[in-house]
This record gives sequence, C-alpha cells and structure tokens, in this order.
Amino acid sequence: MSDHPRSTAGGTRTRVAPRPEVVRTAKDYKGEVKPVWCPGCGDFGVLSAVTKALAALQVKPYEVVIVSGIGCSSRMPYFMSTYGLHGVHGRAIPLASGLKLSRPDLTVFAMGGDGDLMSIGAGHLPHVAARNIDITCVMMDNQVYGLTKGQGSPTSPMGHLSKSTPYGMIAKPAKPVLLALTYGATFVARGYSAQPNELSELIVEAVQHKGFSFIQVQSPCTEFYNTYDQYDSLVTDLPEDWDRSDLRAAIDLALTEDKVHLGVFFEEERPVYEIEARKFEEEVQPFDLTSYLRRFA
Amino acid sequence: MQARSHKDSQVRNDFVIRIGGDTAIGGVISTGENFTTAAARLGFQVFTFRSYPAEIKGGHAWFQVRISNRPVLSTGDGVDILVAFDQEAYERHCGELREGSVIIYDSDLVQVDDGRFIRYGVPFQRIARQELNFARGTNVLVLGLMAGLFGLPLDCLQDLVRLRYKRRAELVEKNLEALAYGFDYTKKIRKEDKYYLGTSDHVSRLIMSGNDAIVAGALYAGCRFFAGYPITPASDILESMARELPRLGGICLQAEDEMAAIASCIGASYGGTKAMTATSGPGFSLMIELLGLASMTELPLVLVDAQRSGPSTGMPTKLEQADLFQALYGGHGDFPRIVLAPASVEDCLYRAVHAFNLAEKYQMPVIVLSDQSLSHRTQTIDMPNLSRLPVVNRLQPGDGASEEYARYALSDTGVSPVALPGVHVHTYVAPGLEHDERGHPNQSPQVHEAMTEKRFLKLSSAAADTDSPDWAPRYGHPKAQVGVIGWGASEGAIREAVERATAKGYKVAALHPRILNPLPQAQIREFAASVKRVLVPEVNYQGQFAHHLAASLGISPVRFNKIGGLPFTPAEILGKIEEVASHV
Ligand code: SF4
Repeated sequence: MSDHPRSTAGGTRTRVAPRPEVVRTAKDYKGEVKPVWCPGCGDFGVLSAVTKALAALQVKPYEVVIVSGIGCSSRMPYFMSTYGLHGVHGRAIPLASGLKLSRPDLTVFAMGGDGDLMSIGAGHLPHVAARNIDITCVMMDNQVYGLTKGQGSPTSPMGHLSKSTPYGMIAKPAKPVLLALTYGATFVARGYSAQPNELSELIVEAVQHKGFSFIQVQSPCTEFYNTYDQYDSLVTDLPEDWDRSDLRAAIDLALTEDKVHLGVFFEEERPVYEIEARKFEEEVQPFDLTSYLRRFA
Repeated sequence: MQARSHKDSQVRNDFVIRIGGDTAIGGVISTGENFTTAAARLGFQVFTFRSYPAEIKGGHAWFQVRISNRPVLSTGDGVDILVAFDQEAYERHCGELREGSVIIYDSDLVQVDDGRFIRYGVPFQRIARQELNFARGTNVLVLGLMAGLFGLPLDCLQDLVRLRYKRRAELVEKNLEALAYGFDYTKKIRKEDKYYLGTSDHVSRLIMSGNDAIVAGALYAGCRFFAGYPITPASDILESMARELPRLGGICLQAEDEMAAIASCIGASYGGTKAMTATSGPGFSLMIELLGLASMTELPLVLVDAQRSGPSTGMPTKLEQADLFQALYGGHGDFPRIVLAPASVEDCLYRAVHAFNLAEKYQMPVIVLSDQSLSHRTQTIDMPNLSRLPVVNRLQPGDGASEEYARYALSDTGVSPVALPGVHVHTYVAPGLEHDERGHPNQSPQVHEAMTEKRFLKLSSAAADTDSPDWAPRYGHPKAQVGVIGWGASEGAIREAVERATAKGYKVAALHPRILNPLPQAQIREFAASVKRVLVPEVNYQGQFAHHLAASLGISPVRFNKIGGLPFTPAEILGKIEEVASHV
C-alpha cells in the first residue's frame, strides 16, 4: 500500500458488493470490548441497528469509521470492529468532516448524544448540513446527561426535574429534526432505539444517501430518565404516502408535539462538498517547489 | 539629478524608508510594496515591516522597508526617509528621524517645522487631482518621486505597474502617467540628501513573507489538508491554501470556528493525510482542548500560531512573543507537543518542512510559533535548496494481516505503527480515553503510567534528533563573555547587534534555538557554560522563554523584555549588551 491512500475519484464509496467473497453478519461489526451501558439503555438498540445496517450494506469493517464525541452514547466506537475516533465533547462533526473530506472513499459516521450535538457542539450542525458533506450523523437523544449522572439537557422538556434543574427546566427543548431541516440537511430522519430493525433500515438509507444525513434517535436512559413508556405510546409512523421531497411539510411535521413521528422526513439531492471541492481532480499535478516559488521572484 | 554628482564615499546605500498615512487615502502600503519589489528585482536585499490599523477603513497605516546591497537582517534603527501622506504620519514618526533624515510630504497637508531634516514638499494629492485628473494615482505618483530621488530606474517600475494592473487595462495608462510625472518631477528638486541605491549584485532572489514561506514549506512537505478560521495575522495562510490545495488534490476548509478547524485536521490526519491549521492567539486558545486529543491519540498535526499582542483581543495587528507559555504548557493533563520557532522568513520555509517531518515521525502535534512581524514582513531570500531535505512519512504496520497489531504498542522510541482506515485491515479506535496498547479504554494506574511514559518517550526521541547546532546555531565571538539567547523573529536584530558589539570590541556571542520543546539542552548548557552572563531578549512582559530556561535548565538569565507591539531594533539590543557587558 502506498503511504498516502488515494481516495477514489469523485468520492464514490464501497456500497453493497454485488458478490461479496465473505458474507458478513451484524456480529462481524461488533468489537471485542463489551458495552459498558446500563441494562436496558437505549444505546444497545442503536448499536444493534448500526451493525445490522452495515451487514445489510456489506461494507468492509476497515472501510468504516465511527467518529464520536463524549457521553454514554459516544462510547459506541469501542464496541464495534470498525475503525473509530473517540474525540472531544461536541466535536464529532468536525472530526468526521475532516476525515470524510480528505478520504471520500470511507464510510464515515458522526455519533453523539443530545449534549454533544444540541449543546456543546450545536454550532457545527448548521455548517456540516450547509456544506452537505457525505457523513451519517446519528444523534442518540436521551434528553439527559447520562455520563455525568442525570443533569438536564437541551432536549429535556420544560419543567423537567433533575439534579441541575431542581425547580424544573425553564428552557424550551430543542427540536433536532426541525433544526436539521432548516439548516439544510439533505437527509433527515427519526428513529427509536426500541425499534432497532426499523432504525437499521433508516441507517442503511442514510448511508446510501449522497450528502449529509441526520438521524435523531430517541434512545431512553433507563438510569436517569426512563422514557420507554412515554415513547411507546407517542411514536407513530409518518403519514401515508409521505412525500419526502416536501421540505415545508417536513418542517410542519417536525413542529408536531403530540406525536413523535418515525421515518424519513426529508431527502433531496444536492451537490456534495467533497466532490465539488475536487473539481480539479483530473488535472492534479504533483507539487513542484521551484516552479511554485517563481511567483515570488 | 544632483545625486549623481555625489562622491561614492558619501552615498548611503543601506537605509530605511518609512511610509505613513491614513488608509482612507489609499495605497500607503502598496507604495511601499511596489518600491520594495522593484528594488528586490534589481538584486537589492530588502526587509519590510508593516503596521495596519485594526480598523477596516480609515486609521493610520505604515510600511517600512530597509534596502541594501548587502544582506539585511532586521528592520534597522530609526528612519532615514519618511514619506508622510498626512500630518498624522509626520507627527507619529518624526521622533524616529534623525539629523540629516529626509522627509517627503504632501506640502498641502503637512506642516514640517523641524529644520534638522532635509525636506521635499510636493502637493501629492493636488497634482494627482488637478494635473493628472486621477485622484487614485497619488500612490503611484509618490512611487515615481521615490524612484527618482533614490535611484530606481523608471523602466523597472513601469514593468511592475503593468503587471499589477494587467487585468485592468484602463488603469495601466493612467498609472504609468502618474509614475512618469512623479519621476520627472524629481528633476526639478535639488537633491540634498545622501541616500542613493548604487549598484546591486543582480542576483535574482525571492521576496516573500513568513506566511508565504510557511505555505510553500507545508505544501512541499506534503500538506494536503488545511482548515482554518479567519484571524489576523494568519488569514493569508488560509487564503493561500484555499487557492493552492484544490489544484494539488488537497482540501482547504474554512471552518466555522477554531475548534472545528483543528478537529477537521485531526480527522484528516486520522485518515493518513498531512494536515495543518493556522491561527493566532485567540484561536490558539480555543484549539487547546483538541491539541490534547491529537497528542493522546498520537496523530500528526501542524498548528501555526502567528502570535499577536494579547491578552484577549489585545492588539490584533501588532506583534508579541507572548503565546510561548500556552504553546509549551497549555492544556489539561500531561501531554507532549513539539514547539518550533522559525527565526526569519527563510527559516519559516525550512521549519515548516521540519514541522511536518517531526509530526509524522513522532506522531504528535507540532506547534510553529511565528508572530505578526514574521507573518507579514517580506524579506529577500535565496532560492532554497530542498533537494537534500527529506520528507518523512509516519510509520505504518506491514501488509501482513498479523493478528498482533496493537496501535499503541510500547517501543524503544515510543513510536508505534499507525494503521490507516481503508488501507490496513487492522482496525483500531483512536481514543481520547486512556487506553491500553490496543487502544481499548483502560484506567488502571499502571496503564496510565506506562502510556504517559510512552507518549513522553517520543519527545525524548525527538530531542535526540534535534539537540544539534542545526537546530540551535551559535554565532559571534568564540570566547564570549556575554551570551545572548533569543528565539523566533528577533534573530535578525540580535545578529546585527552582536555584529555591532563585536565591532566595538565586546566579546559577545548568541545562540538562537529554532526548537523550544524539547529544548536542545546540550547546546544551551554548553553555550551558557561558555559565557559569563546570559541575556534573553524577548517581546513579552513575563520573560516566558527566560522562565522556561530557568525551569528546564536552571539557567537564570538577564531578562530583557519589550512590549508595545513592535519588534526589537538592533540598537536596543546593542544597548543592553553593553550594559550587561559592563557588569561582568
Ligand atoms: S446512564 Fe443512561 S444513557 Fe448512560 S448508559 Fe446508563 S442508561 Fe444509558
């Protein structure tokens, strides 16, 4: 192998191999390290959905990178057999962006929780969506800070009682799907960790989508904010014959508060940053210092 | 011209020109740049310095160039020729003029009352408006005046004007006219001063800024990913990368903030691409948490900090060498990083290559500390010979799909092979958490100790590579009594001061390390032991390098600190050398 792997031109990546030499199962994407999550944690469902999705796509584990931030959910890379980058709180998106921009041949995930993606790192979401970098962002939303033991988060409901909000949360909860839609994400979906099969289908679609995909996953925290009962009754499928090209309808639906819709809210095709940024791909020259310096003579 | 009748012995051909005026007039800086470029093209050596107002429109700006037919090491002392576009320019800078200095000024706008100066008053703006019917031509008119007075041939400037305005044909003729008018105007002036550029060696050199040189070195070293957020005085590195990288198959990202900038670089480096970011103090502060991630995950990374005056927003367009503590010690927890400090524009080019090589070889972040004066000054440099400067790439695992691969395997040098996604079948997680040799989270005391030692072992290995005279050149008297240890962009002023002190009979030498972490300890110890007193001049208040030397090597130097946003002059350092010498 060369020192500098050349990315495949145009940013196409390995997809479902037509006749794979080895058929990989979800188990092949699970790592040696056993998850450290609490029993019943929603993140188990997400792990299972991601590995199922990768098996459906039959991508090679060494061509996948899971980039994460900090928090319970951000431990994900350690529990997989793929490559991984366990970063800094809030920075999964820019870490993943740099990787994908420089190596469009890889399948890159940015994963994190609601603290990572809606609070400390919320400033990156508008930009990655606007640039339309082809990464799959999975936000595991438990509406609480689990790793630090239960403080309120930007997606906790108004009035939510926690150790950091002993008199009730005063702020209005962020609406991740609505934000992703308005920021210009080209694939926006919502899943539920208690429905890992459906979630894995969403992830397959998100990976196959060319451009930035955002999936909010309701992923309850059994330890500090157990919302399984609540979501079991709130979740519902998208309306029949849902037109995923209709941004206004998607925004309207994302504003809905009495139901939690699951599925692909919106998808559109738009130029992908790392492909647009390679418009000179055909005429790339090796760097020649002497000729470069002539401009300073 | 009267000047041609001057006897050669009286002619001064190493002099400092300063041009000042409100930026609203337009072209204050470009007048200086054009004069400088023309002189450099003729084979003269130049050294420029500029000072912008922090405001976008309006405010006083000035440009200074020292020109000589010998190598120019520093901005020089004082001002020989002042070009004042307005009264403020005269009032701000006249204090640095001396007996026999020249002042060229807009005679409608500037009142010059000091009879010690040789005065050439010309109504710049009135001529541009009324005679040339071209108000925006003031700067080119002044360029013509300067050329006529100080001996730059008209044709050389005409070429330059044609080049500058090649995309705006309608402006070429107007500017050529203004240039010729200024040049011819000097024939009516009785030249009373002694400044005149004689002959040069006609060797063609490069004229570039520190930022230009860093970009050239980085691209040569194989940098193919850059991410940055606009900040003075580092923004032009971002702009150059944005122009160059796409054509080299690389990517330049203007990030949404500095955390995103350095994070993207870490992501790119994880994928095997050589990556760099460039910023200044405030942005550097924001990057520190991620600097620790790069060091913890052992990923190569180059971070350029073009220091400016701080703290907080400070004085964004002025220089200071006050980010050294942050570069050396900034960040939570113990983690190694390499810190380089180029000493001149030429050095920027070489050290940028070294920065990448060290980052790749030792798999850690390398900080390049430049400063506002180095970023934006231009200097003539010889065409570099990089054929003997190898480019280093990180150690990677072999192709054999051995089951034994451990990303963070302990080794004699601390360096362990790094697998690349999509290339090597061995996968691993680059962990922000403390981890064992395979990269799995592990928080046992033994593992934390072993891994911290592994990471710092790489720094010791790097020290073995860099504790050499190449990295810490010594010059001056072999049996010196006073030894100056400087760092960064002050080198030229120190070198000139040492030369002048030596000429005056002082026994003085200097050592100028280009690497500040790890310190070239043997070089510094030997130097310090060979002199009676060590003097450390630096442009900061706390004496950050002196502190570092004291803490690391037990040396307690005489500290010489300057703040105020301007670089050292040779005379300031000479004065201090004389003072220290009188006490040894
Ligand atoms: S604290 Fe909550 S989010 Fe964290 S692992 Fe336990 S259940 Fe999951």
